[in-house]
Amino acid sequence: MHGTLATMMRPTPISSALRILVPVKRTIDYAVKIRVASDGKGVDTNVKHAMNPFDEIAVEEAVRLREKHKEAVSKITAVSAGPAKSADVLRTALAMGADDAIHVEIPDNSLGGPLEPLAVSKILQAVIKKAGEEEEVGLVIMGKQAIDDDASQTGQMLAARLDWPQATFASKLEFLGKLEKGEEVQITREVDGGLGIVKTTLPFVMTTDLRLNEPRYASLPNIMKAKKKPFKKYSLKDLGLEEDAKPRLEVLKVAEPPKREGGAKVEDVDALVGKLKELGRI
Amino acid sequence: MFAPRLLPRLATSSVRSPLASTSSSLLASRRGFASSRTALASSLLYLEHREGELNAASLVALTAAKKIGGDIHAIVAGDEGVKEVADKASKCEGLSKVFTTSSPSYRGLLSEPLAPVIKALAEKGSYTHIFAGHTAAGRDIFPRLAALLDSSQVSDIIAVESEDTFQRPIYAGNAIATVKSNDKIKVITVRGTAFDKASEEGGSASVEEVGSDAAETPTKFIEDKLSKSDRPDLATASRVVSGGRAIKSAENFVKYIEPLADSMKAAVGASRAAVDAGYADNALQVGQTGKIIAPELYVAVGISGAIQHLAGMKDSKTIVAINKDADAPIFQVADVGLVADLYEAVPELIEKLK
Repeated sequence: MHGTLATMMRPTPISSALRILVPVKRTIDYAVKIRVASDGKGVDTNVKHAMNPFDEIAVEEAVRLREKHKEAVSKITAVSAGPAKSADVLRTALAMGADDAIHVEIPDNSLGGPLEPLAVSKILQAVIKKAGEEEEVGLVIMGKQAIDDDASQTGQMLAARLDWPQATFASKLEFLGKLEKGEEVQITREVDGGLGIVKTTLPFVMTTDLRLNEPRYASLPNIMKAKKKPFKKYSLKDLGLEEDAKPRLEVLKVAEPPKREGGAKVEDVDALVGKLKELGRI
Repeated sequence: MFAPRLLPRLATSSVRSPLASTSSSLLASRRGFASSRTALASSLLYLEHREGELNAASLVALTAAKKIGGDIHAIVAGDEGVKEVADKASKCEGLSKVFTTSSPSYRGLLSEPLAPVIKALAEKGSYTHIFAGHTAAGRDIFPRLAALLDSSQVSDIIAVESEDTFQRPIYAGNAIATVKSNDKIKVITVRGTAFDKASEEGGSASVEEVGSDAAETPTKFIEDKLSKSDRPDLATASRVVSGGRAIKSAENFVKYIEPLADSMKAAVGASRAAVDAGYADNALQVGQTGKIIAPELYVAVGISGAIQHLAGMKDSKTIVAINKDADAPIFQVADVGLVADLYEAVPELIEKLK
């Protein structure tokens, strides 16, 4: 009985365990052929949406880290900023294995323009601060870019604001020591011309490249379980960011790119070579 | 026609602008967008380099900066040999000053030491614009810099409409957004295929060394593992031959795609499917999430033409597709299409190109 009591009394080593934050974005599904909206100010968003593919990779990496280091990862928190429907991608993250979710709800058209990466970095910084009141965040894993605005900025901006190191476009993450503050990690990054290897220490912000992992599908039982997981909601007001989240860039116009006309098909290799010579390409 | 209203005192690039008819604004438009009546624009360019060579995308960004008008200064940061690179940079047409700074911590183009150095220089020089190529390093360093300056970055621009208005592709290039930046310092990355490269000759910029007080950061550069190749560089090659999923194996990639590329003196590329399946190296991926290229000639072999791949090559001058499936979407953008089994057509093509 003594042993059991001692086990129960032992303080939970929260301070040394790692809480991971995974920001996720709801975007138009990658397979949808987008159409420019008739007002020329955006695209038609009345189409299928899903979690940004790079963010799925981020959730997967966090879940795998915990599967590999059970005691070391204390909690995986998914966070998303956007309209009410963004809750869908948070549910997906929970079904993939995240423990709790934070939704910073920003009603559509409430900002007078799109939510920009700079604003999201401020929101995430505020969320990390708020979450820290309960348990400190020691690692942020997020996608390298969202497939809608293709900006590739938010992770780097967040790292700058937190004054944390950043490891962008990561295709491999290896922990060399324990999963604790100050411990060293090695990251393989996809750079122009090949791979780059860096070492850094926790806490840091990592952005995921395609080849980091293959995300799992959420199983039906896990989707059901996800509905019972803790889900917090904040407004920009709660975070004190009503002004800071406003767009800095004005979108004057969104237009179709110039159409490319497919040319004729040729019969055989001889005709192909002839055509290329005619065009002066070989 | 909102441009004249939004830019009442600037001549825009558009000849339709009513302001373009006055002689003073004509002069201004020839110089760039800055006119004597507005605060003069001035730009700082982050000039990337590797092994003594200036980065092609940085030279493209220089061309974009020239469209703004005003002075253009560059920063060349590096470890050993950075002075030689700065001398080379001083000859680039359009630059009037080259700052150079040297520290071992700049190895590997890490953002943690570089972003603060560029920030300090940007504030000291009161630049209105800061440019870089939208390369892996530019994408890594510039958003960190933008956040330090509290500026909303404009990524991957393909056109300069005025000193504060730019075009950039969104949704994998399926739409083009025109955005106006109201930030005091505009932080901009430039698509490497959107403008011509600035000439590396004809300039005579002064070179100024700036001290390095690069702070110790927790991130350490260990090594780069770059793919070595005698073939032209994919990002800048005038011809590219790419293989897709239909290649079926890494062996076939070496057997069919590489010799075809060599027979055309072309660089080798690959679709995401081919890279994910392990047929080709990551660095060869052409597409929204890989390299975005615009060669004179692009030959797509066994590539279906998914949206994400088209985003990386649809600005090529001539596109050739070889595919067994006559309904593959690649044929909708190809100038020359051949419906054929690649295992027969490619060897025949190599033979006939000899």
